[in-house]
Amino acid sequence: MFPLENAVLCRESQVSTLMALFGERHHFSFPSIFIYGHTASGKTYVMKTLMKTSELPHVIVNCVECFTSRILLEHILNQLNCLTPSKDECTSHIACDSFNDFVRLFKKVTQDQGVDDQTVYIVLDKAEYLREMEANLLPAFLRLQELTNRNVTVIFLSQIVWEKFRPNTGCFEPFIMYFPDYSIGHLQKILSHDHPPEYSADFYAAYINILLGVFYTVCRDLKELRHLAALNFSKYCEPVVKGEANERDTRKLWRNIEPHLKKAMHTVYLREISSSQWEKLQQDDTEMGQLKGLSAHAHVELPYYSKFILIAAYLASYNPTRTDKRFFLKHHGKIKKASFMKKHEKTSNHLLGPKPFPLDRLLAILYSIVDSRVAPTANIFSQINWIIYISTNSTSLCLTLHSISNSCHFHILFIFITSLVTLQLLTLVGHDDQLDGPKYKCTVSLDFVRAIARTVNFDIIKYLYDFL
Amino acid sequence: MISWFCSFHLASVHILNQALEELMEIKQVRENVLQVHLNGLLQTNDKIALKEITKQLCLENVVGDKIFGTFAENLSFLLEALKKGDRTTSCPVIFILDEFDLFAHHKNQTLLYNLFDISQSAQTPVAVIGLTCRLDILELLEKRVKSRFSHRQIHLMNSFSFSQYLKIFKEQLTLPEAFPDKHFTEKWNETVQGLSEDKNVKDVLLKHFHASKDLRSLHMLLMLALSHITSSRPFIIPTDLIEANHLCSMDSKANIVHGLSVLEICLLIAMKHLNDIYQDEPFNFQMVYNEFQKFIQRKAHSVYNFEKPVVMKAFEHLQQLELVKVMERTSVNTQREYQLVKLLLDNNQIMDALQKYPNCPTDVRQWAASSLSWL
Repeated sequence: MFPLENAVLCRESQVSTLMALFGERHHFSFPSIFIYGHTASGKTYVMKTLMKTSELPHVIVNCVECFTSRILLEHILNQLNCLTPSKDECTSHIACDSFNDFVRLFKKVTQDQGVDDQTVYIVLDKAEYLREMEANLLPAFLRLQELTNRNVTVIFLSQIVWEKFRPNTGCFEPFIMYFPDYSIGHLQKILSHDHPPEYSADFYAAYINILLGVFYTVCRDLKELRHLAALNFSKYCEPVVKGEANERDTRKLWRNIEPHLKKAMHTVYLREISSSQWEKLQQDDTEMGQLKGLSAHAHVELPYYSKFILIAAYLASYNPTRTDKRFFLKHHGKIKKASFMKKHEKTSNHLLGPKPFPLDRLLAILYSIVDSRVAPTANIFSQINWIIYISTNSTSLCLTLHSISNSCHFHILFIFITSLVTLQLLTLVGHDDQLDGPKYKCTVSLDFVRAIARTVNFDIIKYLYDFL
Repeated sequence: MISWFCSFHLASVHILNQALEELMEIKQVRENVLQVHLNGLLQTNDKIALKEITKQLCLENVVGDKIFGTFAENLSFLLEALKKGDRTTSCPVIFILDEFDLFAHHKNQTLLYNLFDISQSAQTPVAVIGLTCRLDILELLEKRVKSRFSHRQIHLMNSFSFSQYLKIFKEQLTLPEAFPDKHFTEKWNETVQGLSEDKNVKDVLLKHFHASKDLRSLHMLLMLALSHITSSRPFIIPTDLIEANHLCSMDSKANIVHGLSVLEICLLIAMKHLNDIYQDEPFNFQMVYNEFQKFIQRKAHSVYNFEKPVVMKAFEHLQQLELVKVMERTSVNTQREYQLVKLLLDNNQIMDALQKYPNCPTDVRQWAASSLSWL
């Protein structure tokens, strides 16, 4: 058991329970075992290591890779065929159409491979995807021992609890086992295990301590933490490498790494930038302020009018229609406060999401906010005398306006709006065949539109109903 | 045609097998009667079922490549082929249909209809035995199939009392006489006797009996207890059973909550508060984030004010674990922050899980326990 214990840290009791369940090779074990626990809690790793070191005949299948029953069953049979190394058997591919064939072929293959006197283990990883495959797969695998009348045990690994798997009409209940999450002490131990040989274990352990201090409240996933540890270690070692501090200067090292880790949380943890970009940034030693994110909204340069269209769209989405008069008309007179003020916090539009608005409302608000901001010579809206409707067919403009010379301005406007839709800053709501014209919705966040508004010197908060 | 109901599937199969064994001891039966075993999990449609029947009756060479019009023709051809030499009667066949209710879901219930039809019309002596766990099996059958059913039903139900349950417990654990090590067998059986008289063990078994009379769950309990046996400790002690019971009755969702990060716990508490205030109406991420912000601004000392995308990632992790479920299929137009979701844990589960949560910051705990006084 010694090599196994060293390979599998902090999971000794789970391993011993499994070994006790498996028993001797020729013993029949429980027909099905269901193991659940968080991701990166070692389920797949422990299973793989256990099977390999104990040299048990097994097949490990990932239900994400084998997403149909046919692929899954064929994969299992072909893996079984390759259990005892023999060249010609491995190359022939077994085809399997249905579970009925699978049972028959399974009996044949285990006999050919000479493993029908010992327990064969079938491990189904990411077993939650079995629920979306054919309905008979899960109940049949639970009973595989009975259906094939052979010594086989099926092990299910999943992060979803068993109650969500159970079919409505009942099934054979598997033996349920829980892999507990790693405690902070366990995480420290496992992460400190892969320290690079150039540095001492204590030095690395101190680094892991700092890393956990920053990330533990947000994320306990071992894989993520390992990834972050690997990415940021070179930055941590920088003061030591440059000679500014030695290995024991914990305060200096901490001051160097802490802002860096906080930045990592906003970028590489969220996969806003890729790991290679992050590493490059560390090497270049550039100022962290100019990080270009991967998400669409991080860096968009919009033309001047598009910015106003976006702001108008945001106002149209988040202000109720009845408040338009108060915000956008120059002389709105007295508005009764009672009907105006919001009654209930829950109806804050910022909590419910953007509402769709018709195009003419957008244009009306746009006209109102642009009106005073544009130099007279460039005032392209000054010739509007009527409200126009633009049909959903972008190639035909239906004008009730008598000054046709202005039609090209509205083409341009429509192009701006469509380009915003392509950038996914606006979305088109509803179908093409609706008669009352296209409706749009603004899908940007408040922070983004505030940043945009700042660049054109527009105080958007003044115009938002929710911030009155 | 007989249909058997049994809540413990293996028992019915076992009983049936024993009955068949006894039947096969009669020479005349053994030499003439054929058996066909079908299972609803394996034969998922009638075509596969027919192929399986052909195989089990060893009639592949007879059927060959013949193409048949209907299922009925195919089946009757098969049964015709079983006619023996000079006698005008053909071989009697017993059809055993395991997971019988699944056959009722096949298209038009063709297989069932034809089997029952043949057994009714006395062309070939055929007996059909169906095994199922569903009591409402007759409602699943179509009218024409139901009319051909003989309505002979045998129910196998667990109707034993607690004292019988205790006896079964003792029997299951007792080693048989045939066990090689006589000395060990004696000692073992003594400990088993001691266990069945121990008060704590009886309490555990009573709790288990009240939860489920099913023998399968008893087996699970015993398996868990037996897994503690090692060569250094070769006998079961009462603590093993108490621990095993504890493991059996664990709340799996609480275990999952145990492994969440502090930020995710805060989101769960925010959702709990939303449920309390708005009487379980569905909410979206933006509302949850809003609640979380209120906590951060007013009372949090130990929880850092994380940025929105980081909180979103934690929220998505909860969705991945199926603790939070999206209400309807998302239309492409709705942003992720505004999709309506529901929390799949109730307040008691959350509060219990928080008790066991390791190193829970005090202000988070207090926030969970506080009520509407927040607003």
